[in-house]
Amino acid sequence: MFQMIKRAKISKKESALIRLSAIVLAFLFSGLFILLLGHNPINVYISMFDGAFGSLYRLKETITITIPLVITSIGIMIAFKMKFWNIGGEGQILMGAFGATIFALNMPELPKFILLSLMLVSGFISGGLWALIPAIFKVKFGTNETIITLMLNYIAIKWITYLQYGPMRDPSALGFPKIANFSDNAILPSLFGIHIGWIFAVIIVITVSIFMKKSKWGYKISVIGESFDTARYAGININRVVLFSMFLSGGICGIAGMIEASAVNQTLNYSISAGYGFTAIITTWLSGLMPSIIIPVSLLFGGLVKGGNFIQTAFLIPKAAAQILQSMILFFAIGSEFFVNYKLKYKKRNYTTTNEKESV
Amino acid sequence: MNQKVFVKMKDICKSFGSVKANNLVNFEVNKGEVHALLGENGAGKSTLMNMLSGFYKPDSGSVFIRGKEIKFNSPKDAINEKIGMIHQHYKLVDVQTAKENIILGQKGNLFVNNKKLSKKIYDIANEYGLPINPDKKIYDMSIGEKQSVEILKVLYEGNDILIMDEPTAVLTPQETKKLFQIIKNMASKGCAIIIITHKLNEVMEVSDRVTILRKGKTITTVITKETTPELLTNLMVGKSVNLSIKRPEVIKSEEILKVENLFAKNKNGVKVLNNISFSLYGGEILGVAGVANSGQKEICESIAGLYPIESGKIIYENDDIVGKTPGEIINKGISMSFIPEDRLGMGLVASMDMIDNYLLKEFHNQKSIFLDRNPILKICNKMIEDLQIVTPGVNHPVKQLSGGNIQKVLIGREINTNPKILITAYAVRGLDIGSCHTIYDLINEQKGKGVAIMFIGEDLDILLQLCDKILVLSEGTVMGIVDARTTTKETIGHMMAGGLNSKEAY
Repeated sequence: MFQMIKRAKISKKESALIRLSAIVLAFLFSGLFILLLGHNPINVYISMFDGAFGSLYRLKETITITIPLVITSIGIMIAFKMKFWNIGGEGQILMGAFGATIFALNMPELPKFILLSLMLVSGFISGGLWALIPAIFKVKFGTNETIITLMLNYIAIKWITYLQYGPMRDPSALGFPKIANFSDNAILPSLFGIHIGWIFAVIIVITVSIFMKKSKWGYKISVIGESFDTARYAGININRVVLFSMFLSGGICGIAGMIEASAVNQTLNYSISAGYGFTAIITTWLSGLMPSIIIPVSLLFGGLVKGGNFIQTAFLIPKAAAQILQSMILFFAIGSEFFVNYKLKYKKRNYTTTNEKESV
Repeated sequence: MNQKVFVKMKDICKSFGSVKANNLVNFEVNKGEVHALLGENGAGKSTLMNMLSGFYKPDSGSVFIRGKEIKFNSPKDAINEKIGMIHQHYKLVDVQTAKENIILGQKGNLFVNNKKLSKKIYDIANEYGLPINPDKKIYDMSIGEKQSVEILKVLYEGNDILIMDEPTAVLTPQETKKLFQIIKNMASKGCAIIIITHKLNEVMEVSDRVTILRKGKTITTVITKETTPELLTNLMVGKSVNLSIKRPEVIKSEEILKVENLFAKNKNGVKVLNNISFSLYGGEILGVAGVANSGQKEICESIAGLYPIESGKIIYENDDIVGKTPGEIINKGISMSFIPEDRLGMGLVASMDMIDNYLLKEFHNQKSIFLDRNPILKICNKMIEDLQIVTPGVNHPVKQLSGGNIQKVLIGREINTNPKILITAYAVRGLDIGSCHTIYDLINEQKGKGVAIMFIGEDLDILLQLCDKILVLSEGTVMGIVDARTTTKETIGHMMAGGLNSKEAY
């Protein structure tokens, strides 16, 4: 018989080990799946790794995917800390990109530094305002933020699609439904061969870490996340903190959108968010809401995306096989939470079976 | 075979993680006996009884019911053995009648013979002296009546081993008396009754024998008639304890807070505060008595700005604070401390350490956008020393401390701000006797400093010893404010029940 026993406490090392073994198990189980597809999982994994990190070029590509994941995860983390389940990263990225695009297309001749700064600010504000909508609904009417943030994703996608096929369609694109390309001044420069979005990511990670740990607002967010009643008791204006933090959360996701539009796509289209808003939910959760852990976890997932694309061509197996690996990791990671809190103990049934009848 | 020993639990062990909740516990109940299970919070009483009712499985040891060894795998086994448990929180369906609640979950025919059923219920009720109307809806019932329904339900199922978990917590002294009479009736009809409690006077009044548990171990079983409350306390705590509570004489100063004609409704629109008026004076402890949920929590939260008030005034230094948020109250410089009933859910953040919990009260005073935790570290270390808080350190999450130490952290933080008003709601709930006395001492110390104190309590004996005046609540109405030095428990009991003519509860 196995018995569930609640752990009194757990060392950091132990819990890290449990979470790590969840990832290993995910690889094992996905391996079975790959085996069913008729491939050697070890070979597939090796070439996935090779595809993601095997050469300098591939590493740069992987990092390019990691950048928006890190930034979006940080944005989502702020909301998650407050137990505000913002799963609208996708929409906030798109709206951020939209905000940046307005300046990129209308003032293409502005000096590079000024134009990029304007795009950054506009991207931040647009993403923030988009995230403010569910926050206002939550504060005013007590609506469920999960549903509203999710639905707003689709509205954002349809809005950009409409722009792309309608008012913002580039007439010089030979009838092809696309928005005009950005001017050179609206494109982020590169440093060490990767666009400088990585510097933004590092700055955001450091600033938000300090903000959450040291500032009054970060403290208030943590208190609200732990207990609404305590926050009220301590005289925290919950509504104000919720609105402000959601603006910040969406704004940071919006910056990811600005970077993607400017540096990667060099235009706006409805697929620039590329699922980062959803993948970031996984990375945020896996990192235990700790900003410093978000970077390695995002790199792992960046590698999975890149490696997934690689095996598609190398083994002719669908990218979906790699996506299964991603979902397996999430599945096992959530499952491992149980083992962080409980441990299983094997024990024999040892009810004593003494004959007591004569004594009564 | 006519068994005299109904329940025998032998060498029961049960661990939760590294905590041994029960360690070789032995326990025996006879037919026709009222057996009290006495122990402080965390002594293992509930764990033991949950094993007897099949909710937990023992790690080792054996249980004999009527001489036969039984292995409990689920509550169903307990039901089969005719063991019934009456929980502290009643599990009744509000919108149904007593009768419907009683037959709920029973085997029986598809169609219910209403008349026959009513008669059977009446018969059982009369047999044990439980006055009850089977067709009354639960939501129309008083707490005492609801308890009767719970008891009847258990008896209707034909159970003759009854476990009652703190049955008197929500009753007035008069209702308690009636309950004890019913318990004695049941025992004389051949039931075995186990009462879980920590109130000594009730043990003395109703039980035949007492088993004392301490830290998961059986200390001893004694015959009630041959023991005294002092002896029981010493056995329960493990050392001799002075049960008396000090009431220092302090000259009362001016009126600090005045509550006038306060009305409030809860979320469902039910009136919870009905024309409440009273004043708090410096150097005086105002006790608040009343059965559970008579409006105590609402009064406290109204004063702290946490409860929506319909009308009325709360005057602090010529200023009406009704309608102000807690933040505004704090920023206005009103030095008021509120120790809420729900320590970890409202007063403290369970997963945060002492420093961050201290910050809850302190962050308003820090002007910079960045928090400086260094001065708080010093304050917390001093608090640990002054109040003898047992903790591995200031950076340890408060939820991992014991109940008494958690309460010390909360009270320590509140009195550190040198408040003019101190409001405590059930400040000693769940604490062991030693910690209770530490808390009383701390409160008395504040009284000595001229603080106006409101003390919401549930044990009348303690209210009578500690407080200067006692405000008695009944269903959100102030029944009167009496002098704790001259009044009696009976008087307060009558007032708690809604007047000096006790209502026909029961």
